[in-house]
Amino acid sequence: MKAFTQHRGLVGPMDRANVDTDMIIPKQFLKSIKRSGFGPNLFDELRYLDHGEPGQDCSDRPLNPDFALNKPRYRGASILLARKNFGCGSSREHAPWALEDYGFNVVIAPSYADIFYNNCFKNGVLPVILTEDEVDILFLELEATEGYELDVNLASQTVTSDSGQVFKFSLDQFRKQCLLTGLDEIGLTLIQADKIRQYEVERGKAHPWVYGAIK
Amino acid sequence: MAARTLYDKLWDSHLVNENDDGSSLLYIDRHVLHEVTSPQAFEGLRIAGRGPWRLDTNIATPDHNISTDRSEREAGVSGIPDEISRIQVQTLDDNCDHFGIKEFKMNEMGQGIVHVMGPELGATMPGMTVVCGDSHTATHGALACLAHGIGTSEVEHVLATQCLVSKKMKNMRVSVEGVVGLGVTPKDVVLAIIGKIGTAGGSGHAIEFSGSVFRDMSVEGRMTVCNMAIEAGARVGMVAVDEKTISYCKGRQFVPKGDLWHQAVKYWQTLVSDDNAFFDIEVELHADDIVPQVTWGTSPEMVAPVTALVPRPEDQVNKERRKGVERALEYMGLEGGTPIASIAVDRVFIGSCTNSRIEDMREAAQVAKGRQVASSIKQVLIVPGSQMVKAQAEAEGLDKIFIAAGMEWREPGCSMCLAMNADKLGEGEHCASTSNRNFEGRQGKGGRTHLMSPAMAAAAAVAGHIVDVRHFLSESTAGVNL
Repeated sequence: MKAFTQHRGLVGPMDRANVDTDMIIPKQFLKSIKRSGFGPNLFDELRYLDHGEPGQDCSDRPLNPDFALNKPRYRGASILLARKNFGCGSSREHAPWALEDYGFNVVIAPSYADIFYNNCFKNGVLPVILTEDEVDILFLELEATEGYELDVNLASQTVTSDSGQVFKFSLDQFRKQCLLTGLDEIGLTLIQADKIRQYEVERGKAHPWVYGAIK
Repeated sequence: MAARTLYDKLWDSHLVNENDDGSSLLYIDRHVLHEVTSPQAFEGLRIAGRGPWRLDTNIATPDHNISTDRSEREAGVSGIPDEISRIQVQTLDDNCDHFGIKEFKMNEMGQGIVHVMGPELGATMPGMTVVCGDSHTATHGALACLAHGIGTSEVEHVLATQCLVSKKMKNMRVSVEGVVGLGVTPKDVVLAIIGKIGTAGGSGHAIEFSGSVFRDMSVEGRMTVCNMAIEAGARVGMVAVDEKTISYCKGRQFVPKGDLWHQAVKYWQTLVSDDNAFFDIEVELHADDIVPQVTWGTSPEMVAPVTALVPRPEDQVNKERRKGVERALEYMGLEGGTPIASIAVDRVFIGSCTNSRIEDMREAAQVAKGRQVASSIKQVLIVPGSQMVKAQAEAEGLDKIFIAAGMEWREPGCSMCLAMNADKLGEGEHCASTSNRNFEGRQGKGGRTHLMSPAMAAAAAVAGHIVDVRHFLSESTAGVNL
């Protein structure tokens, strides 16, 4: 798993609530059996004026000039500023894969859908939760400032703007540690293999019907 | 021991270890796989030189990305015309064959939408933890399972370790008391709940549905309700075990028989929340207030009774909400103040993991029987949720009713719910759909989805526009009970 410690970068806006995973990466791109290459199709239906299909060269597709991330001032953004319930809908991990492949290392929003939030940590994308008021402040500063950048530090759990404002955010300690070190979670769980086996022995005695039926 | 909720009991009984960092290792009894969210997980196993922890906990089937057209299906996997889709379906077959995982292949009896297939084969049983790389996994909670969707990294994690690193959710109880009226279905009940608590109302919570409405509901109906827990933000939706749960399970393929059955039933009967168990959030609705529901916007919370008008942005007090309504109406091509029961429909989709079980097929057929699809309708797709549902429906002659009415009887799969295959809406088309999401572009770029029950969707097909199905029921044969 990819580690995340600290990131400074240009901020881009996604100024609407309930951005769902169909919007982040439409279903036709889910046909891929790979983990990479989803970046050019991030927000595909909002970003382009035509209909996109997998395997297509996106470099000469017509861009939607009204879509914020297409504006020159937000080109190269690596921190996505978003609204509440970001990532709702399906469990597709293709959503954080697309964000990461596009170049986003951080998302900042007041809240996230549970599965999306969880999926981000598996892919080195840090989903920062700030209050609605704090996110409002960042949207105002972003709109007013060309080349607006933020500094995001996972160890200190802070988002710092150039105007000197510091916003603290919280997250689970186990998620923080995994992301900071980029540990192989499966490897970590397998350290407890004896406990898993012991559980299975006891479970097999108590609820034997759980095992063996599917062959 | 302190009083526990059903969720607490399921959690406790699957705890392998409580880690020092506040996370827990939770054991997974059943893992359901499909072609879209598994290939990268299998690839991860191969790269790391790992294999499945055990085989008898996994079950797989293709559903999301397969054709529902009979002639295309008959051509088999190698006949799938779209190369990228063909590779994906073939990859599932190859991975299952390679690792020895039980798969119900595309045209095999048993195949179906993962959340229809699992319960009907008895692969999911009460008291299990069930996961799948699909957010509608909460469906299995209708059998008092702790069931939820996971991402592909977690699919790999479960394959390799039979466990998930988890954090316990909070408890939420949604109670609906009373008796629902004629023409009010489980879909209407769950849409009304989402309308009340909102699309993020259940975030961070496991929802238990309780009250007389769910006790009276069939297990299939409970699946429809639990299926849409995620549309209220909750990964988990559940209904406690009762006699209906147990009779549903009896005799299914993977369910135990003989002494083991009796032993299992004894345990399953304990899978109810204790009296006085604590819920962090309690929500109550009354059956009398629930009439057939229809979504008018681009989020499942944008829902209203079929008797209502499309909301006007100017009536919204909250600024963000007003912006949301404006944007949704623009996408949907609707004016605030329009009666919902007048919105013209181009296509109708009856299917999906929400509403493709035998009861749903019967419900739609009761409305379609002896009637004709309106001439303005371009297409009505009836997509059974599984090979078993299809066979049962055909045995009951339901397919003939649909075909006589001018509808298309298709092969099992996810179809136009997410439109990964050829079943999709054109730009600007309105669809009366029994699926679960009305997001922008969900059923095709520019497509406009109205979520509703199978009965309501069938009625819309006949009327050519959204219509209150209760008018059909009062004029049709007596004794029709939806």
